[in-house]
Amino acid sequence: MSASAAAADEHYTSTGLNNRKMVFWAFLGSECMFFGTLISTYLIYKNHSLNGPYAHDVLNIPLTSFSAFVLLMSSLTMVLALASVQRDNVRGAKIWLASTAGLGCIFIGNQIYEFTHFVTHEGLTLQKNMFGASFFVLTGFHGAHVTGGVIWLTTLLVMAFKGKLSSKNSLDVEIAGLYWHFVDIVWIAIFTLVYLIQ
Amino acid sequence: MSSVTATATTHVHAKPKSQSGVWSWITTVDHKRIAVLYFVTAFFFFVIGGIEAVLMRVQLATPNNTFVDARTFNALFTMHGTTMVFLALMPLSVAFFNLVVPLQLGARDVAFPRLNAFSYWVFLLGGLFMNSSWLFKAAPDTGWFGYANLTSRAFSPGHSVDFWMLGLQFLGIASLAGAFNFIVTILNMRAPGMTFMRMPIFCWMTLVTSFLLVLAFPVITVALILLTFDRFVGTSFFIPQGGGDPVLWQHLFWIFGHPEVYILILPAMGIISEVLPTFSRKPLFGYPFVVYSGVFIGILGFGVWSHHMFSVGLGPIADSVFAITTMLIAIPTGVKIFNWIATLWGGHIRPTTSLLFAVGFIAMFIIGGLSGIEHASPPADLQQTDTYFVVAHFHYVLFGGTILGIFAGLYYWYPKITGRLMDETLGKIHFWLTMIGFNITFFPMHLLGLWGMPRRIYTYDKGLGFDTLNLVCTIGAFIIVIGTLALMWNLVVSLKKGKVAGPDPWDARTLEWSIPSPPPEYNFAVLPTVEHRDDLWERKQAGLGPIPQPPNAHVHMPNPSYWPLVTAFGMLIFFSGLMLSIYMAIFGFAFTIFGIYRWAFEPAS
Repeated sequence: MSASAAAADEHYTSTGLNNRKMVFWAFLGSECMFFGTLISTYLIYKNHSLNGPYAHDVLNIPLTSFSAFVLLMSSLTMVLALASVQRDNVRGAKIWLASTAGLGCIFIGNQIYEFTHFVTHEGLTLQKNMFGASFFVLTGFHGAHVTGGVIWLTTLLVMAFKGKLSSKNSLDVEIAGLYWHFVDIVWIAIFTLVYLIQ
Repeated sequence: MSSVTATATTHVHAKPKSQSGVWSWITTVDHKRIAVLYFVTAFFFFVIGGIEAVLMRVQLATPNNTFVDARTFNALFTMHGTTMVFLALMPLSVAFFNLVVPLQLGARDVAFPRLNAFSYWVFLLGGLFMNSSWLFKAAPDTGWFGYANLTSRAFSPGHSVDFWMLGLQFLGIASLAGAFNFIVTILNMRAPGMTFMRMPIFCWMTLVTSFLLVLAFPVITVALILLTFDRFVGTSFFIPQGGGDPVLWQHLFWIFGHPEVYILILPAMGIISEVLPTFSRKPLFGYPFVVYSGVFIGILGFGVWSHHMFSVGLGPIADSVFAITTMLIAIPTGVKIFNWIATLWGGHIRPTTSLLFAVGFIAMFIIGGLSGIEHASPPADLQQTDTYFVVAHFHYVLFGGTILGIFAGLYYWYPKITGRLMDETLGKIHFWLTMIGFNITFFPMHLLGLWGMPRRIYTYDKGLGFDTLNLVCTIGAFIIVIGTLALMWNLVVSLKKGKVAGPDPWDARTLEWSIPSPPPEYNFAVLPTVEHRDDLWERKQAGLGPIPQPPNAHVHMPNPSYWPLVTAFGMLIFFSGLMLSIYMAIFGFAFTIFGIYRWAFEPAS
């Protein structure tokens, strides 16, 4: 993440692709298997509950649609943040990084509300039934990924305020963007498979 | 790469600088030193796993023996399997990845040297974490596959399963980090001119293995997470009373577990594909076929997992499909075996210890492969499952295959890293004792299994017909022990007294033999330009010799770093905390994040 690391990145590679970007794609491949397994577990178990509440009793599609919209918009602001950094537009970088992190926070806030509501009003907990267990673990791990992304974006934001973010190390932002878009795509899968197709 | 001094002065902590002594090993990011660390640590765990095996053989030597009790026996076979797979064979292969891959590619190091150090420290701490369970009298005892619902709180109270579940999770991080590193290293750091079809086979097999790791490990990660929730939070993912399905554990475990089998064997196949051509003085027969077969084995490896589960009763369609995909794997494997034999055919064979082990690999692996094809047939498998026949089968592929391959690589590359050859006489004693001991130990298990002796029993009654052959197996195990002692003696004495190797003691083919033994820290002062497959061999044939390397070159190498160790240590605190106290887990987590941040903002060079 430092200037010297960025300089090393410009070294020759056999494929012409940057090492850090390539390792991150490999990591995302691994993450596909991770979420694929979690989603499969949910699909296998959602009808295994011995007692309620069931998915159709509790899932709040309007609220989650709003969450999904927020997360999709954050991908747009992420793209704008990267474009700003690549053009050495520090002010733009600050604005769009802050917006992306902020939208991520709104998503997490919604999820916290959703989880709390399920536990306190619907009586749905991890231990209650198979739907609860697999739902909370799947969406919880996704939420943890979003949280990690917000922390990462905040770190970049701090770097921007310290004047350490410029077109020279735009790769730092690009890789964070890859992660953010990935987490976003996973949410599209979860939103469709868990919320829309019950 | 910017100058070292300029960045070091701007840093809060003084950067580690020492070139020798303990501290230099702790902070090292040099792939060759990490290879040595991997080898020594993995060999240590190999010895521990071996001791566990010998204790089991002593218990089974005579009927109704009371050398160990049933509970201890369960712990012994669980820890033997877990140790050998995750702490011995995989990291021994990784030791060779570390030593050989950058040298064969003509690179100065791996793509991410600090990540490489991190992999090692996680492996070491994870191995110690797992094995510390013996000290707390809580050694895991549910089998290396940890089948549900034996692993539930109801059937396994106490911490034994916790050690296994968290230990594997921890070790998985090391494997994943290493795999990411080698994928990028092999794809991106090949010397100029080294196209994929000019790349040494060992690098190819490392690449396939790394992809298998990257795609298979997340599945066991999720399975272990679900098990962690079952044990610590009270969910019922694998508990039927709560609506869970124990068979899901089996699916998840084997979706990981079968690619894992190829993760264990492909590196050894890569090793002998280097050793056989060198000592036959012929190019590898059918190089593209060996490459594509390796890739094909890797892909098929994800489509055969249910052959571990025929006895579950998945139904005729599932059983048929998985039987067919499993039998298909015999094709690429057979292709490889024929190519190896054709490589030997008509060659000027030099029967070094390394070649003997490589040939031993082919012979033993064929036997293991043939019994494997028998398991591919569900009706035959139903007879053989959970008997000693299966134990015989997988020891023929994992010992007769992987271990012999690793020994072949050890005799082959030892001079590259130490500068001295291993003793050939001791080596041949090691080879013959191992081969004879191995076959005496494991061949009778085929018969015992077919006669009906079940696996994982701590003793058996007199008069069942098992007495004699069990004693024979135990005698064989002690012969292996003597062979391994010969190896250990050889490893130690050759370090000081071995013949000086020189850069190319075997008149070999690939780039690692074009530079001094041991190589300088930067490997290649001048990055070689590759024009052929087996480039060094072609240059020697053309009378050119290796590309000249200026001595005492000044090449900026990555700085040593302690943050990989700090980060790994934070993870150790986190995983221990999950068992002991939530505050400790939170502290460990914060400590890990701290390590990652220091690491990320530390200049790499």
